[in-house]
Amino acid sequence: MFPVIKGAAYTLFHCPNVLIDHGTTQTVERDKNPASEYLKKLPAHLRSFADCVAYPPNQTYIGALAAKELDAIPKPWYQNGSQGASRFAQYGEVMPEDEFYGVMKLVDSFDLVLLEAEFASEVRKKLEQHPAFQGTDLSKLQKTSDRAAIKELVDAHIAEPLRLGDQLVGCVRQAHETDKALTAHIIFENLAAMASAVVSMRQLFLQSGLDPKQVDYIVECSEEACGDMNQRGGGNFAKAIGEVVGCSNATGSDTRGFCAAPAHAMVVASSLVQSGVFKNVVVVAGGAVAKLGMNGRDHVNKNLPVLEDVLGGFAVWVAENDGINPIVRTDIVGRHTIGSGSSPQSVMQAIVTDPLDRKGLKITDVDQYGVEMHNPEVTVPAGAGNVPEANYKMIAALGVKRGELERAGIMDFVAKHGMPGFAPTQGHVPSGVPVIGPARDAILAGKIKRAMIIGKGSLFLARMTNLFDGVSFVMETNPGFEVAKPTGIDEAEVRKLIAQAMRAMATSLAEQE
Amino acid sequence: MLKGKKVIILGDRDGVPGPAIEECIKSAGGEVVFSVTECFV
Repeated sequence: MFPVIKGAAYTLFHCPNVLIDHGTTQTVERDKNPASEYLKKLPAHLRSFADCVAYPPNQTYIGALAAKELDAIPKPWYQNGSQGASRFAQYGEVMPEDEFYGVMKLVDSFDLVLLEAEFASEVRKKLEQHPAFQGTDLSKLQKTSDRAAIKELVDAHIAEPLRLGDQLVGCVRQAHETDKALTAHIIFENLAAMASAVVSMRQLFLQSGLDPKQVDYIVECSEEACGDMNQRGGGNFAKAIGEVVGCSNATGSDTRGFCAAPAHAMVVASSLVQSGVFKNVVVVAGGAVAKLGMNGRDHVNKNLPVLEDVLGGFAVWVAENDGINPIVRTDIVGRHTIGSGSSPQSVMQAIVTDPLDRKGLKITDVDQYGVEMHNPEVTVPAGAGNVPEANYKMIAALGVKRGELERAGIMDFVAKHGMPGFAPTQGHVPSGVPVIGPARDAILAGKIKRAMIIGKGSLFLARMTNLFDGVSFVMETNPGFEVAKPTGIDEAEVRKLIAQAMRAMATSLAEQE
Repeated sequence: MLKGKKVIILGDRDGVPGPAIEECIKSAGGEVVFSVTECFV
């Protein structure tokens, strides 16, 4: 039986100070030109937490605002924030930076995160009230450090700062004196990815009712790599995250594939469940610090707020078929193979139409496509265009070429089978997976029957191959369990009846004798 | 138009990638001196 998707959680982390100190656009600029005009102007373009929460695409990501409702909000969205927006919604939350630093301390097993005493005490009080942290051990926040000692480590360049405005409230230390895979910079990125994944997992448990002890396996699919100098990407985030959130009966592993990794991870998780190897698998990923403020230069030049001020995370629960939740059609998996070719047409054919063709389905038989869901308000000012719309148009164009829709109907197809981009430019996070939660709800509500989730990845960035990557899978209405109906004469039952009759006759003959 | 010309290609992953443009340039008689595909997201 096909596996089902029983829950999905989505989280954002407002990190304006991490953006300034650790986003690669900013760190590269600081290295090249410490007196840069961009770096001077940047702080004035950062948003408050309230503005970040009210930002309509962020409300859509955490499930408070439907994508169709987002589409109806006039642009620019950053000037039309949702009134009375809450940081918590049905899929998860937007977490402020101070709480996020607190979670980084909670997930740290090697005393690498140092927090100043007063700050740690305030954060502890906040996390005690946090719905996803009820009953969790917050005692690590009582182990604090002296502000002067933190400053000394940062000034000596053996720790990365944790700031709130002009206040230094903590730091992340290097984990080794000479190992370049354990520098403060790398440890910072890895702990941030882990902390954001941990909040995503906790939100999944809270929203779906999944008991952490029921989890058999975790597939982590972020864009970071943890290891030491002898095995730079050795791993394993999955087990480290599971340990923190109490998945004591689980093991796990990390799956990588740039932005396509979450789609690969969903295929792996679904296969593990369908094969019967595991019953409950969680696919999870935290955020990428490096990408904070990635297009900040363009945003500042165009006098916009720097909108890439959030880390993103998600967690999805894949489980045994319950007859209710949407199934994952593991027989309709698309893949861009090594021999597929790189033209836009061959890419879309491999990912979208080849798997549909195998089951005799048309492009229009899929009600909702989840493509690269990047927020266009972030990418258009940077010259990268409206990425989801371009992807939807390519799918529609393929449909026209195949005679499945009229050329004049391309924009109607985009409106009907697509949705506006609403995800942060966190690489792996926008790649199809933000649509899993809304598609699951729409399928359960009977609004749609079928959705295709597409992940695409830029493998060429690692300079190991010129290849591109893409994987897709289909979610569909659960047909329920069929009740077995009698289909004619049961041979075993007939044999039993004849045997009983013969035994009765033999007994009767014996009695007559 | 491109016969005998040297060509530098900047492809876009979500648009037309470098190798696809390369094939077009070669078939039009151009010489590809540099080709790269970038990811802008």
